Amino acid sequence: MRSLIPMDLLRRLTLLACAAATLAWGTAGAEERFITVASTTSTEQSGLFGHLLPRFTAKTGIAVRVVAVGTGQAIQIAERGDADVLFVHHTPSEEKFVADGFGVKRYPVMYNDFVIVGPKADPAAIRGGSDAVAAFAGIARAQAPFASRGDDSGTHKAELALWKAAAVDVKAASGQWYRETGSGMGPTLNTAAGLGAYALTDRGTWAAFKNRGELEVLLAGDPRLFNPYGIILVNPARHPHVKAADGQAFIDWVISPAGQQAIADYKVDGEPLFFPNYRP
Amino acid sequence: MTDLSTAFATALRLITTLDAALVEIVTLSLRVSFGAVLVACVLGLPLGAALALARFPGRQALVVLGNALMGLPPVVAGLVVYLLLSRAGPLGEFGLLFTPSAMVIAQVVLITPIIAALARQVVEDLWASLGEQLRSLGAGPWRAVPTLLWEGRFSLVTVVLAGFGRSIAEVGAVIIVGGNIAHVTRTMTTAIALETSRGDLPLALGLGFVLMLLAVLVNGAAYWIRDFARARGG
Amino acid sequence: MAILPLALAGVRFVRAGETLLGPLDLELGACGTSVVIGPNGAGKSLLLRLCHGLLAPSAGRVRWCGADAGSAAQRQAMVFQQPVVLRRSVLANVDYALALRGLPRRERQRRAAEALALAGLEALARRPAHVLSGGERQRLALARVWALRPEVLFLDEPTASLDPAATAAVEALIGRFRQAGTVVVMTTHDLGQARRLADEVLFLYRGQVRERAPAAAFFAAPACAEARAFVRGELLW
Repeated sequence: MRSLIPMDLLRRLTLLACAAATLAWGTAGAEERFITVASTTSTEQSGLFGHLLPRFTAKTGIAVRVVAVGTGQAIQIAERGDADVLFVHHTPSEEKFVADGFGVKRYPVMYNDFVIVGPKADPAAIRGGSDAVAAFAGIARAQAPFASRGDDSGTHKAELALWKAAAVDVKAASGQWYRETGSGMGPTLNTAAGLGAYALTDRGTWAAFKNRGELEVLLAGDPRLFNPYGIILVNPARHPHVKAADGQAFIDWVISPAGQQAIADYKVDGEPLFFPNYRP
Repeated sequence: MTDLSTAFATALRLITTLDAALVEIVTLSLRVSFGAVLVACVLGLPLGAALALARFPGRQALVVLGNALMGLPPVVAGLVVYLLLSRAGPLGEFGLLFTPSAMVIAQVVLITPIIAALARQVVEDLWASLGEQLRSLGAGPWRAVPTLLWEGRFSLVTVVLAGFGRSIAEVGAVIIVGGNIAHVTRTMTTAIALETSRGDLPLALGLGFVLMLLAVLVNGAAYWIRDFARARGG
Repeated sequence: MAILPLALAGVRFVRAGETLLGPLDLELGACGTSVVIGPNGAGKSLLLRLCHGLLAPSAGRVRWCGADAGSAAQRQAMVFQQPVVLRRSVLANVDYALALRGLPRRERQRRAAEALALAGLEALARRPAHVLSGGERQRLALARVWALRPEVLFLDEPTASLDPAATAAVEALIGRFRQAGTVVVMTTHDLGQARRLADEVLFLYRGQVRERAPAAAFFAAPACAEARAFVRGELLW
């Protein structure tokens, strides 16, 4: 049997296989103390986590692995027990998450705000207004193209609330002037830039976004565009493997004066993006 | 055009400065892809060969299924693996989700059918021309499996490269089961997806160029090895 | 101890409703070299494949009657019209066949070296087999079965695609098998070759053995009309 395949080649192949296996698995085995945080694209892509997490890790030795997806998917991940901490921005969903027993307690952390961006030409004439609902009604009246996330994210939910307040039925307009991209904030902004469409975006993603094309901020500052973030420890009673102590350590640090200051310190082009708002 | 030239310049800068972040994600990409290809070969090559030689009821259905699985959408493979590895899923206790191992598993699911289906074709053709002689020498179908795999090694290199190509270029599955976590599960393709969503198209495209270069290098190396082995008398 | 004789009883081979061979009743193995001749399509290759066990008869039995019939598969070999070599060295091709028989390494080396020397291939032992010429390949195929020490050797048109020099080399090798006591059953369309090698001749026509006779007698005076026409070189089909 031995010589069915030349022996020396077999040996070489085996060596190669071992080398490849070591390559693929070797360092993955190195145990590291870490927690997994399910969070949103806005926090990751705005660069906030890049600023925040090294400080926490330096202080505690706990690495933080961020899975950045839409709020809807982040909650799904947390509900299945695939993350230790949930850090998102849609208060009603967060409260339901805790009420359903998936989370321990919601802590308010910070807020940023949404802005309405659109083409410089501004066909719906919303520039400079202070009423987001009126602006949305104007976009619908003008039937100007609008790019929606359409992905059940926190931003998408906030947008739908505004359409509802403006008494606009976007379902009926879907596929016409109302375009649902079904993707994250960045891809949606790429689409808006390509179409010359309006879009609702969080300020953090917008600040870090580079492919703006003709888009610019047309409306900001309406209190209804307030976008609060909450942080929740996934319930260890429900998912026993949750790293409750390390996860709580992260939460405690984020809401501590040091953590809150670090959030306030994060600026893009000299502008703060997030405003800490934890009240004990 | 300016975007393209910026992208090209970005790629060049990333490579020439051996950008640390780039080296990290390239290394992970290669580790995941090589690992997946290795496992997929161990599973897929004998499976394909067995499927080529065995005669049993339902074999044709299995062949058709295997061929169809070559077109399995990565996102579907990713979702299935995600649900299996999730803490709430049947394999949750191993805590593999959002690790490179999970990415390897998802890619094994994706490329094993490719390697098995293509290997089956190669081995079937070989058996058609060698079968009588091998049976005459006393090698039945099962003994013939390793013989035929070795006999078809030059064609199988191309098969393995097809698997590697799919693996290194794939994003849909790895981003779901890996989570695109910085420094942990961020590969070339998930980084490209991330930079695209950040609107940094030149950087995304620059990374794309680097990925292409990598694919060219791996394929070139395989081609060279094959030529060398042939010349030496394989 | 032997596996011979080989008995075919009521053997038929049918494909797509058409009887390609048989019914045949015959016994092989009594004499040194049996040569099966006959026009194309007479069923010569089929007969060899049925005897060797590569094909199963549609009816009837192919049976080894010797005391060692149980090990018949191990003690016969076949060489095909198109020699099949594996993509590895000449030596490894011989070694492969020996490894399939489960022989120990030392014995394999010894037998392979001897077989290659016999076939005049020792200088090419390390060459890749698939770069050999047609004649060298056929000699390799013969060296490979020589190493197996078969009791019976089936040869299917072994020189059909070779030039005269290569044919002479192959025929010389076939002669060595005969000297070594191997029973050879071969087909050929080369009547000169049949005259040179045969101890007995089987004339196969339209799936039937129409005549079977010692070679000298057959070539002196074929008994049946078709055989006479065939030997005279007339076109038969």
